[in-house]
Amino acid sequence: MNWNFWIIQTFNGVSYGALLFLVGSGLSLIFGVMRIVNLSHGSYFLLGGYVALTVIWTTGSWLLAIPVAALTIALLGLAMERVFLRPLGFDPLRQVLLTVGFAFLFQQAALDIWTGNNFDINPPDALTKSIVVGGVYLPLYRVFMIGTALAIGVVLWLAMEKTRMGAAVRATVDDAQMARGVGVDTSRISMFIFALGAFLAALGGVIGGAFLGIYPGLDFEILPLAFAVVIIGGMGSLGGAAIGALLVGLADNFGKALFPEISYFTLYAPMALILAVKPTGLFGRE
Amino acid sequence: MHSESLKILLVVGALAAIAVVVPNTNSFLILLATRALAFAILVMSVDILLGYTGLPSLGQAAYLGVGAYMTAILATKYQFGLGYDFWLVVVFGILGGAALAAVFGLLAIRASGVYFLMITLALGQCVWGLAYRWNSLTGGDNGINLRERPKFGLDLSNEVTFFYVVFACFAVSLLLMYTLVRSPFGRSLAGIRERELRMKILGYNTWLHKYIAFIIAGAFGGLSGVLWAHTAGIVSPENVVLTTSVDALLMAVLGGAGTLIGGVIGSFIVFGLREYLSTIVPWWQYVLGIVYILTILYLPTGLMGIPERIRQRRASAQRRNDAKKLAPAAS
Amino acid sequence: MKDTLLRRLGPALLGGCFAFSFTVGAKSEELRIGYLAPTTGIFAQVGKDMVDGFRMYLEERKNKLGGADIKFIVEDEQGKPDTAVTKAKKLILQDKVHMIVGGLLASTGYALAPVSTSEKVLYVNPIAAADDLTQRDFAKYPFHVRTGWTSSQPSHPFGQWACEQGYKRIVAVGADYAFGYEVVGGFQRAFEACGGQIVQKIWPPLGTKDFGPYIPTIRADADAIFSLMVGPMSLQFPKQLSGAGNKKPVIGGGTSYDEFVLPAMGDEVLGHVSALQYSAALDTPKNAAFVKAYRTKYGKVPSYYSESNYTTAQMIEAVMAQNKGKFPGAETFIKQLVALKVDAVRGPVSFDDMRNPVHNIYVKKVEKKQMFGYNKPELWNTVIKTYPNVGQFGQFKKDEFLKTPVYNRDFPPCKFCK
Repeated sequence: MNWNFWIIQTFNGVSYGALLFLVGSGLSLIFGVMRIVNLSHGSYFLLGGYVALTVIWTTGSWLLAIPVAALTIALLGLAMERVFLRPLGFDPLRQVLLTVGFAFLFQQAALDIWTGNNFDINPPDALTKSIVVGGVYLPLYRVFMIGTALAIGVVLWLAMEKTRMGAAVRATVDDAQMARGVGVDTSRISMFIFALGAFLAALGGVIGGAFLGIYPGLDFEILPLAFAVVIIGGMGSLGGAAIGALLVGLADNFGKALFPEISYFTLYAPMALILAVKPTGLFGRE
Repeated sequence: MHSESLKILLVVGALAAIAVVVPNTNSFLILLATRALAFAILVMSVDILLGYTGLPSLGQAAYLGVGAYMTAILATKYQFGLGYDFWLVVVFGILGGAALAAVFGLLAIRASGVYFLMITLALGQCVWGLAYRWNSLTGGDNGINLRERPKFGLDLSNEVTFFYVVFACFAVSLLLMYTLVRSPFGRSLAGIRERELRMKILGYNTWLHKYIAFIIAGAFGGLSGVLWAHTAGIVSPENVVLTTSVDALLMAVLGGAGTLIGGVIGSFIVFGLREYLSTIVPWWQYVLGIVYILTILYLPTGLMGIPERIRQRRASAQRRNDAKKLAPAAS
Repeated sequence: MKDTLLRRLGPALLGGCFAFSFTVGAKSEELRIGYLAPTTGIFAQVGKDMVDGFRMYLEERKNKLGGADIKFIVEDEQGKPDTAVTKAKKLILQDKVHMIVGGLLASTGYALAPVSTSEKVLYVNPIAAADDLTQRDFAKYPFHVRTGWTSSQPSHPFGQWACEQGYKRIVAVGADYAFGYEVVGGFQRAFEACGGQIVQKIWPPLGTKDFGPYIPTIRADADAIFSLMVGPMSLQFPKQLSGAGNKKPVIGGGTSYDEFVLPAMGDEVLGHVSALQYSAALDTPKNAAFVKAYRTKYGKVPSYYSESNYTTAQMIEAVMAQNKGKFPGAETFIKQLVALKVDAVRGPVSFDDMRNPVHNIYVKKVEKKQMFGYNKPELWNTVIKTYPNVGQFGQFKKDEFLKTPVYNRDFPPCKFCK
């Protein structure tokens, strides 16, 4: 256990956190705006990966696969929100359950369309190499993941802080009724945020597919991790999601490396404690 | 309370029918029915929280896990619980579930609504994490195989005998839970579900009420786990994974929250679809997903709500008819 | 699948409220084989090789084995022991199969064997290599017979081979479940018996894709790495190992470089060495014919999963032929099966007195070359050394071996781990 060990493990944890940020930030925004606990979020992640695979098989282009997959799933999310979730009105429990129903449907559909096989998304060769910094090997793909998450994070932050739309979203998160009162079209905001959440999850699926693989069951494996991010960071807070993702990524990585026997416990127990002390998460507002 | 006694009669009749018919079917169906009954106890425990106290738990599999792992570890490491001491294991399972719930409840009860959902999810994942990775105790991914079922005068390795044992445990659980929800304590739980603030003002310690309900639900979860371990013959992290908790919650809602017996119906339907239909057609999961979605969209009160809806519809039709009849007389 | 669908749908729609028993007509006998393989989930590709191997033999024999018409029912066990148990019970109780075949993971084998005992149904086991089924727990499972291997069987000669290469200190990285413990344990026993040292054991969970947390913990002062990967883990580990700048030689259990994953691998695995009872690059006429036929039919090189199941079907045929196509009952079937001397694709196979195969173990090196007349250079598991007729106890004495516990996470103890 020398310095190298700590550097590499930290780097690995941060890069894993970068992936989790993509999944978690969408989930967090959806919760913040609509108070919906979206249990089909893992399905968006998985479906994003599958759509990307189809694009890669037909066109051979990995670069093209990223936007196509993310946009396709965003449309899917949008349709789900409009047709099914919106008509239920404000009824969190039924909405939660509805998203589970969809998760089951998506699971079966994915099985029918893409078979039950395990696939890998192969990024371009240039990204599969490693760079050596001071004797430490850093896989380029992980650097790429960190870069992507940073870029997305900055764009999201700018959009939330500097645009009218962002202001409207923030107002809705704080108090939806009040926002409606001052003329914010919260229905449109909900639709937009739900689609954005699906977009981000699918993006995560394409990017994560390269090192997690794409296979049936991945949806419900990634879901609790995404929840950990949201819960630790605080629901509806973008900055919280970033910090939550970083913490979960590091906790997961160091837990596995240092305390393998209780590695998942070290991840979820702090999460439960945080919730018990502050039900809205570290950075969430009541 | 005429309709109430009619309902009870119906339920008792249906259960008696199950007890008579199932053992005479083929042994695969007996196995499925045994599983559905063992799991139904867990679903009813979810209903105590969801339907009667208004707390949607997404981590109930944890208690099933405690009971199941306790049974498996005692049986394989200490050869305990394979004779008359099986009933001791049942007691341990109940206590274990209750004890875990007593700890988790301290953390979870403060929250409500979706926050309660989230924290129970997190707590459930803690238990899953231990089951999955605490290899020296739980066998990790391998799970624990129970090579034999208990023998004590009765030989539980006989599927029919075992079915009756599970059935008896189930019936007793149902009776106990029914008594509980009809008791003054159960009524104050319902009061908390409807208007917590008012109950507080009336001087009820709502936290304590919810906490006790949570522990009771955990106890029944533990019982369900003990039975489940012997039903399945193997205990693995799969039993405590998030989807198992989701299943339990969905079954309760599918049958109708706040009815107890609805959870049993939900359990039978889902096990039927998942383990029977799946052996016949490859697209069973579409059926399951669509059943859930339709129920949630169109039957917010679950399948048990159907008679009520029909009655309401009839009553309103009746009112309209009466109004029509009355109208000419008035003029 | 389609044709059996209707047949199965009919009675099932009746509600299955009454048990229906098959009365076999005067025409040829029916042998119902319930087959368990993961057809969905992370092990689906492996499961496909299993089913394809078995099915290829059936199709070559026009769906008749030794005079019996075969009813082949495949159920998806998802690579999970508890699902496998449920599905096995379905096959036994609902479909009334004569035998259960299959099961992928060693943990699944440990879960299925008790079912075979309690239901008194024959369990023919081509893949699930759980050691104790044919070792310490042998007597508990009178209806279980193995046609594949025990996990530690190739590891025993391989440990010796590692000594001969001059390796002194090795780090073992193995999937954290029964099979991983047994493959690594067998290697450790053999390697330490000839003077080597296992200096570290790392257990990533089964199905790990991201080895990021584990690779940096590998000790720098080791001569080599022994890896035991299963399913998709096999592909990711060498990739990420080389991405992390590893320079140490890598050797491993057979499933780490098996042909189910080899074609998807890159040059990072060149020179890696593993041991198993089969290699698609085995240079015998019988294997050449098998590889070509399999590849024509399924578009890929057969893996050990394919071979083991193909050979299992061959063995079932031999027994059924002895009984003129009539199923003789589980006990007799097993007796006759273990008396067989089979000329299999993997080489000569016989059985020891604990119902486990005795066969050659091949030490194989990954090379890029052309084989069997295919015109493209591809990765092949070239056989560099053959240990003939290896039994499950290898170079060790059976009685002493059985006195020690089954290989697990802590046995053999890691004496040289700091």
